[in-house]
This record gives sequence, structure tokens and C-alpha cells, in this order.
Amino acid sequence: MKVLGIETSCDETAAAVVEDGRTVVSSVVSSQVDLHARFGGVVPELASRAHVEVLNPVVAEALVEAGVEVPDAVAATVGPGLIGALLVGVSAAKALALVWDVPFVGVNHLEGHLYASLLEDPDLELPLVVLLVSGGHTMLIEMVDHGRYRLLGQTIDDAAGEAFDKVARYLGLGYPGGPAIDKLALEGDPKAIAFPRSMLNEGYDFSFSGLKTSVVRYVKAHPAVDTADVAASFQAAVVDVLVAKARRAAFDLGAPGICLAGGVAANSLLRDALVLACKEDGRRSFVPSRAMCTDNAAMIAAAGWWRLQSDGPSPLDTPANPNLKLRVV
Amino acid sequence: MITAATKSADDTRDLGAQLATVARSGDVVLLSGDLGAGKTTFTQGFGRGLGVTEQITSPTFMLVQTYPGRLQLVHVDVYRLEHLQEIIDLGLPELLDDRSVALIEWGDEAAPVLPAEFLRVRIEFGAADDDRVLHVAPVGLSWGQRAVDLQGALERWTSGSELA
Repeated sequence: MKVLGIETSCDETAAAVVEDGRTVVSSVVSSQVDLHARFGGVVPELASRAHVEVLNPVVAEALVEAGVEVPDAVAATVGPGLIGALLVGVSAAKALALVWDVPFVGVNHLEGHLYASLLEDPDLELPLVVLLVSGGHTMLIEMVDHGRYRLLGQTIDDAAGEAFDKVARYLGLGYPGGPAIDKLALEGDPKAIAFPRSMLNEGYDFSFSGLKTSVVRYVKAHPAVDTADVAASFQAAVVDVLVAKARRAAFDLGAPGICLAGGVAANSLLRDALVLACKEDGRRSFVPSRAMCTDNAAMIAAAGWWRLQSDGPSPLDTPANPNLKLRVV
Repeated sequence: MITAATKSADDTRDLGAQLATVARSGDVVLLSGDLGAGKTTFTQGFGRGLGVTEQITSPTFMLVQTYPGRLQLVHVDVYRLEHLQEIIDLGLPELLDDRSVALIEWGDEAAPVLPAEFLRVRIEFGAADDDRVLHVAPVGLSWGQRAVDLQGALERWTSGSELA
């Protein structure tokens, strides 16, 4: 079964075709294709207007690449995200499903990130601990079954990805900051500066606002500091907390595996540290390919396929919901 | 302009909560301050004052987050936006309805496309690590009429004395 996925929850306009929730047949992300040259359109940066202008060419490209005229179902991100942006993808997906007379299925964006990590290795032993880290979210989730979750903890202030971006911008490394810090940190000493590991031993919630502030304060007090050392020490502080909590959650729940998901899952240190921790503890680790970490529609199509198996199609009056939460057990 | 001093993140939250008692539906608050100054911390307190019970987190990535309360809190962050057109594309006027209070981080940048009446709150670092200085300025008639209420709400932090 080939599912067309559509993702417009934030910055990216994306479409993809995925077969049986596992095989990515095509995956198109607007920022990664030269739509201007091919379609003569403009590619503005953010917000809903951009989605309206590029959605049709992105969907067409995904279908052509996949060699599919009519998919077997259409999945779209219904939340969380910007309401104006979500509505573009949700409305388009419903219209296409209606015209093609195929099922529509609404997908939670966060669930999409989880399935991005399971694309290559979907044979799970449950429960699974999911560490979901992106620009907008930092969550520790227990996956009880497909489509059934328990939120263990989340950030009480800044998301981890946001801390990366803001520290990078402060250090003059540009945007997006994750890859810039990842690269620069390779040349620095992660032990050079002892940045705080906030809430390391307290429950499953996270806090990265204080870390961001202490980086700013340290650099102000030590203007001659080696930026690579700051990047490496900051990254180590974030990764230490993320891995320690995921590890503890897996231990507490007796979970046989930990799954890393979201844009920050592209970070080299985080990937290595999580895989190593799982190896030491005798657990399986699920780490998404780098291309699947950032927002894309293949993960939405995959999650949509699983949702169709467990719950069937979504009604066509399913609303876009900017504050959509994960479905908890 | 009212100048208030806080001694900790919790103190800044308490000030935000007090300030929220003066807020009415349709209000706009523009928040500015350097990275780490405590804009989201202030908003957490402000939300508590509006009766929001959900955890308020930074809206930088999502751009807009809304929270139900006695009045709905619309929490906006224009940090990532580089052009005024992008702020217009967010549909801010539609978000600023008569059941909500909008709090806009890095809002000074957005001022040209916002309503003419707002409360400006600027947060600066103080002498000690956790000290902050907040400059609160009503702009326009609606906030101007509430200047005395604002003074009253912030009295604890403007007298220079330690908290009881």
C-alpha cells in the first residue's frame, strides 16, 4: 500500500510516497529542491503563504518520482504546528483524498518523527523509550504500542534544538545552529568549561534555558575563550542530560530499546553517546538516518500507514490542531 | 516608565503574575531583552496570572503557542523571523482577538505591524547573576489609563526593598 504523506506544520513544505510504512519511494522537501528553476515559483522562507505557493509542485514531484498516479491513501500532519501552515497541508490532503476516493489519515507530527526512526527497523519489542529532540520539542516518551504513548517528561522551558540554535547564533555561527555546533565541537575540548547539567537527577523533565544563559554569561566574562571549547562543552552538557534521562527511563521501565527521534537526532555526539549507552546496557538503539531527522513527509506517510492499520481512516472533518498532543494511554 | 528589580527567576515569574492581574482581553505585551534575560520566564509567570495551568515553554521554533486560561494567552516569538512580511503572514491580527492577551517576544521588531496600544516590557541583566531589571512602559490610551494599577501591581519590586 502506497501512502502519500504531506507535511506543512512549520517551515518545510514536504511530500513523500512510502510503501507499507517501511519503504520510502520518494521524499521531496521544498528547501532541498530547486523549485524556482523547475516551476518558476518563489520560495519564501516561513509561514503559510510559502506552503500555499509550493505545495502543489512538491506533491507533483513526489508522485512523479514515485511513479504513482493515484496513491492508496493520503496522510497529512494535523498538528502540532502553526495553524495557518497546518491548514494548507490538511486541506490539500483532504481534497486529494476526496478526488481520488482514497482514505485520508491525520497524523501527529511528533508521531511522525518517531516513525522516521523506525522506518528501517520496524520490528519492535515494546515498550520502547523514545527520546524526541527537535527545535520545538524535547520529550521522553514511552511507546506502549503503535499509536499508544505515555509522556514521561518534557522540557519546562527551551527545547534542546532551540538551545543549539540560540547558542550558535550568540557565538556567531549562523542558523541553523545544530550542524554548526556539531562541526565546531569536533575541534574543541568538551571538558574545557563545566556548564550545568540542569535537572540531571530530577525526574524525566528537562531544562535548557539555564544552560543557554550560563553560556552567554561565560562568554561575556571570558571574551577571549576558544569558541570551539564553548561549542564542545555546551554540546556535552546537553547530550549528557538527554542520554542520562533516556537511559534511566529505559532502566525504570525495563524497556528493551531506546529510539532517538527529531532534528537533534542528527547530532553526532548524541547519536554516538546514545548508541554506546544502549550497547553498555544491553539494549537496542533506534537511530534515524540523518536525512530523516529533520522535518520531512516520508515520516508522515509512514506514521499514516501505521495509523491506518490500527485505527482506520480519519474523518474528513478532522481539524488541524496547533496544540495537538500525543495520544496517551 | 516603571523600573522594577527582581532577584531570581521565581521572582521574575511572580512579577509577571502580578502584571497579568492588570491585563484585559485584547491586550498586547511586547517583550524584549537579550538572550537569557528571562523573557520566557516572565511569560510563565504572566500565564500563571492569567490562569494558565499548562507548562509554558519557549515558542521560538513554533512561532506561536496558545494556552487556555481565564483569558487565553497567545505566546508569540518573532526571533526567527527576518522580514516584516513574515510577521504579517503569521496572521497576528487574527490571533489578537477579544478573548486573548498576546505576549510577543522580541516584539520591538514587530511594532510597525502591531496595534498602536501595547505594554512594553524590557528585561535587562542586573548586577548579580540572577538579578534582572525590568522596564515597563505603557504605550497608548488603554494602557495609559491603567498606569496607576500597574504601579500598584509592581510595588513590591519598585521600592528597592527585599521581598518579605
